[in-house]
Amino acid sequence: MHLLSVDSVSRDFDVSSPWLNRVLEREPRRILRAVDHVSFEISKGETLALVGESGCGKSTVARLIAGLYAPTEGHIAFSGRRLQMIFQDPYASLNPRWRVRKIIAEPMLFLEEQKPVEQFLLQVGLSADDAERYPHEFSGGQRQRISIARALAGEPDLLICDEPTSALDVSVQAQILNLMADLQDRLGLTYLFISHNLAVVSLIADRVGVMYLGRIVELAPASRLFSSPRHPYTRMLLDAVPDLAMSGKSRTPVAGEVPNPLAPPSGCSFHPRCRYATARCQVEVPRFSDGVACHAVEEGRLPT
Amino acid sequence: MFSPWISPQNPFDAAALDLNAAFKPPAWLDGGDRAFLLGSDNQGRDILSTIMHGARISLGIGLASVAFAMVLGVTLGLLAGYVGGRLDAFIMRVADVQLSFPAILIALLIDGVARVALGGERHEEIVIPVLVLSIGFAGWVQYARTVRGSTMVEREKEYVQAARVIGRRPLAIMAAHVLPNVIGPVLVIATIHIATAIITEATLSFLGVGVPATQPSLGTLIRVGNEFLYSGEWWITVFPGVALVVLVISVNLLGDWLRDALNPKLR
Repeated sequence: MHLLSVDSVSRDFDVSSPWLNRVLEREPRRILRAVDHVSFEISKGETLALVGESGCGKSTVARLIAGLYAPTEGHIAFSGRRLQMIFQDPYASLNPRWRVRKIIAEPMLFLEEQKPVEQFLLQVGLSADDAERYPHEFSGGQRQRISIARALAGEPDLLICDEPTSALDVSVQAQILNLMADLQDRLGLTYLFISHNLAVVSLIADRVGVMYLGRIVELAPASRLFSSPRHPYTRMLLDAVPDLAMSGKSRTPVAGEVPNPLAPPSGCSFHPRCRYATARCQVEVPRFSDGVACHAVEEGRLPT
Repeated sequence: MFSPWISPQNPFDAAALDLNAAFKPPAWLDGGDRAFLLGSDNQGRDILSTIMHGARISLGIGLASVAFAMVLGVTLGLLAGYVGGRLDAFIMRVADVQLSFPAILIALLIDGVARVALGGERHEEIVIPVLVLSIGFAGWVQYARTVRGSTMVEREKEYVQAARVIGRRPLAIMAAHVLPNVIGPVLVIATIHIATAIITEATLSFLGVGVPATQPSLGTLIRVGNEFLYSGEWWITVFPGVALVVLVISVNLLGDWLRDALNPKLR
């Protein structure tokens, strides 16, 4: 029994112009499919990371699971009792008019047992005195710690982290990641970790899902994915990561840009950027099987 | 507010009035009387006392009508901004329609309807509440617009989404999270609006549909004094006017201070 199972979930957004403009300019409705038949499971105690470029739908997946959006199609089953979410922007995710005490106590409104706020502050490495202060008195990293403390106060079975470190300085990123890993060890937390930063993901994830234009193109254990990536897109991303051992050599930059999601390419949506694309890739959408969705992998014509 | 206890004379007690003491100039001018520090009016009422009583009525009506407009406007603005969709469209179209009428006209309309509906006698008793409602109702639109705009911005912020993930109900989020973050500009509008409300009330009094002459507000006093301005008795209208200016400035300063005090970032 998985803690969370996401079964072929899709989500559309209506990005049409207002009704009157549509009528006057004879424009059709425009639907953006942000998430397209995404499926995965998360077991208790593990960390699943979703990675991809901006606009690939990874944040939408997080919001779908958190219940902030309803799925257009598909089904999400959560067998835990509670989930909490940590947001990307530590400057927007805390109510500026509330004291830290009130912020952290908010999720406990829904619990029977009220624990002292100070306990959670100490748990995330802040001091007990900080409870009486306002969010603007803290730095970005400290605010993110407050966000984590708020999430912990809700006693979640699943913690959704939507790019929790990407708004922070690199040195602070490491502190927050260490804190999250440490809390996972001590409290047995389960994470869904959304990021565009492969270096961050390699530190914290047990399994990694790579997303491209709303679809998961590869899903594998982290060690396997980083040592022997299969999907051409995953390879391209990994080739672009700076590596100390390879310093001095030229890296392969990520080629091309993400296509317009309003008019995704036919067939495999990655084919315009793919070195191995064939005629089949242009017409037929690859099926996701055995952890990867790629015709070239399926036909065994990729170099290893 | 404490005028009944501190003013030298009760200007509405007919027994205390002396018509011989009418048109006394201020105490420091020739013919002035110590008993009438700022002079007296056409019925021998002490100007200082009438100002004190008038300021009390003006301020009371101003505050009450602004409070009513604020509660109505902020509530509708929050709902429109947070819920959006058809409710938003409906509320804002009503606001647009109302904006195309002058505030005075709306206040006149409501006051007139209340007058007809309740009959002359009972009207005397409830004239002030009716004035408060009509001035207040004429002013809710700007609160609703301001609050709706900032609510639409705040709604998309992550702290509101965090509250949704936590499981708070929409009404609780509106009241506890969004409201404290959109109320700042509202207080600024409200302080300006108090002055406008006092002036609206004075205008209504001038048109004969405001507070009755038996309990005149500052606006009524200015208007009454206006009749004597050109015959040399300037103090009857000037001192209530000065009082009104001081009152409005005080209210504005208070509003500034209030805004700073409520914003934790400036503390």
